[in-house]
Amino acid sequence: MTSSEKSSLLLIPDRPVGFIGYGAYVPRYRLPGSAVARVWRFSEGGSPVKEKAVAGLDEDVITMSIEAARNALARAGIAASELRAVWIGSESHPYAVKPSGTVVAEALGATTSVSTGDWQFACKAGTEAIVAAMGLVGSGMGKYALAIGMDTAQGRPGDQLEYTAGSGGAAYIVGPADEALAVIEAAYSFVTDTPDFWRRQEQKYPEHGQRFTGDPAYFKHIHSAAETLLKETGTSASDYRFAVFHQPNPKFPQRAASLLGFNDEQIKDGLLVPVIGNTYAGAALIGLSAVLDIAQPGDRILVTSFGSGAGSDAFALRVTEAILERRGKAPSTAAYIARRTEIDYGTYVRFRGKLAMK
Amino acid sequence: MEIPRHWRIKSQRYGLVGEVCPHCEIKIFPPRDVCPNCGGEAKEEYIFSGRGEVYSFTSLYDGPAGFEETTPYTVALIKLEEGPVVTAQLTDLGDASVEIGMPVEMVTRRIRSDGDERGMLIYGYKFRPLGLGPR
Ligand SMILES: [Zn+2]
Repeated sequence: MTSSEKSSLLLIPDRPVGFIGYGAYVPRYRLPGSAVARVWRFSEGGSPVKEKAVAGLDEDVITMSIEAARNALARAGIAASELRAVWIGSESHPYAVKPSGTVVAEALGATTSVSTGDWQFACKAGTEAIVAAMGLVGSGMGKYALAIGMDTAQGRPGDQLEYTAGSGGAAYIVGPADEALAVIEAAYSFVTDTPDFWRRQEQKYPEHGQRFTGDPAYFKHIHSAAETLLKETGTSASDYRFAVFHQPNPKFPQRAASLLGFNDEQIKDGLLVPVIGNTYAGAALIGLSAVLDIAQPGDRILVTSFGSGAGSDAFALRVTEAILERRGKAPSTAAYIARRTEIDYGTYVRFRGKLAMK
Repeated sequence: MEIPRHWRIKSQRYGLVGEVCPHCEIKIFPPRDVCPNCGGEAKEEYIFSGRGEVYSFTSLYDGPAGFEETTPYTVALIKLEEGPVVTAQLTDLGDASVEIGMPVEMVTRRIRSDGDERGMLIYGYKFRPLGLGPR
C-alpha cells in the first residue's frame, strides 16, 4: 500500500468486501397521515407522508430483525453458523439491558461462535454496524458478518414526528467482494457533536433541538459525507444510477440530492418514506434494499445515512452479476410494502403501547 | 418464575428446530430423541421449512393470563409440510378469514412477557398466511 492510499480519508479494508445478501422487512399495518391529522388538527391534511408502517402487537426490533436476516441468509446462500458477527443498530431495542443480538443470533442458528452486539447512533446505527462489519470481514477476522438497521420508531402523540415515525428496516451480510452481489468500493464517515435530537435513558419519546434539525444537522452531515466520498473516490453524481439518503420526510432527501447534483430519477426508487414513514435506523438501508431489488450488474449506488447527534456514513457500491440469481430468493421490498392493512388511530395507539393500563 | 424452562426450549421454539430419524427418515417435532414411528434413537437435528397448512383452528376472546396484550387471537393446529402437527398462534391475518387447509409459513414473534412489563420477553413461532414470495 502506498503512503498516499494510507492517508486517504476513505474507509477501505485491506481485503475488498461487499454485500453477499440482503433482506428487507416491513410490518403489514399502515397508519394514514390523515388519521393522525384528524386527531391532532381536526382536519385531514398536513401530513408530510401518505402513510407509515406500524409494527403489530407481537412485533419488535428483535422479531423484525429475525425476518430481515432470514431473507438476507436466503439470498446469501450461506448457513447462519458461518456468521462471525450479528450486529443490530436501532433506537428501539426491546430491552434497556439484554442484547437484541443474542435472541436474533439464536433464532437464526448463528450461536455460539459469534460476536453479537447492539448499536446505537440514532438513525445511522445500522450503517455504523455495516462499517464495523466491513472492518471485521476486511481484516480477515471472519468471513461473514450480519449488520442490521431496524426500528419501531417513536414519536410523541401529537408531535410532528407522529406522522412519520414508522417501523421497518433491512439486514445485510458483509462478505468477501468476490462473492458479493454489490461490492462496497469505499465508505466514509463524517461526525460532529450536534444537539439536534435525543432521547434520555428511560424516556419513552425523543426530544428535538428545534433550531438544530435542518441545516446544521441533516444537511451538513449528509452533504459533507457524500461530497467527501465523491471527491475522494474521483466520482461524480452522474456516475451513479441510484442514490439513497436518510429520509425523515420526503423533502429532506430530495433537497440533499439536488444540492449534490443528483436528480429525481436517481433517488425515486430508494425513496420509501412516503409509503412506510421514517424507519429511523432502517430508513437508508431499506431504501437500498428497494434499489438492489431492481439494480442491474454494473450499476453504481451511493448510500448516505444520517444519525442525530450527529453523523453520516456514505458508501459507494457497485452491483455485480450475482444480483440476478440471488435477489429472487427472498421477498422483495415492494412485496412487503404491497402487503398492507390500514388501521385507525385507536388501533395504532393500542399497537404501539400508548394506552396507559394502570 | 419460569425462566429456566423458557431457556431450555428456546431453539426449538425460535426456529422450529426438531429431529430427523436416521433409521426411517421421519421428521420429528418437538424433539424427543426417540422416533415415534420406529422406536429407534433419533438425535439428528432437523430444521423445518416453516411451511404448512391450517389443520383446525379456534379464536380466543378471553385468553389465559399473560396473553392479555394480544387478545383476541387465533390458535391453530398446523400440519407442517414435513408431517408433524404443531399448535401455534396465527398472526398478521389482516382482513383474511382463516380456513382449514390455508397455506401458512412460520415467523418468530413475541409470544408474551413473563409477568408484567418488568419481566423477560418470550419469543417463539407463530404462523401467518403464505404469500409474500420465496423464502
Ligand atoms: Zn424412525
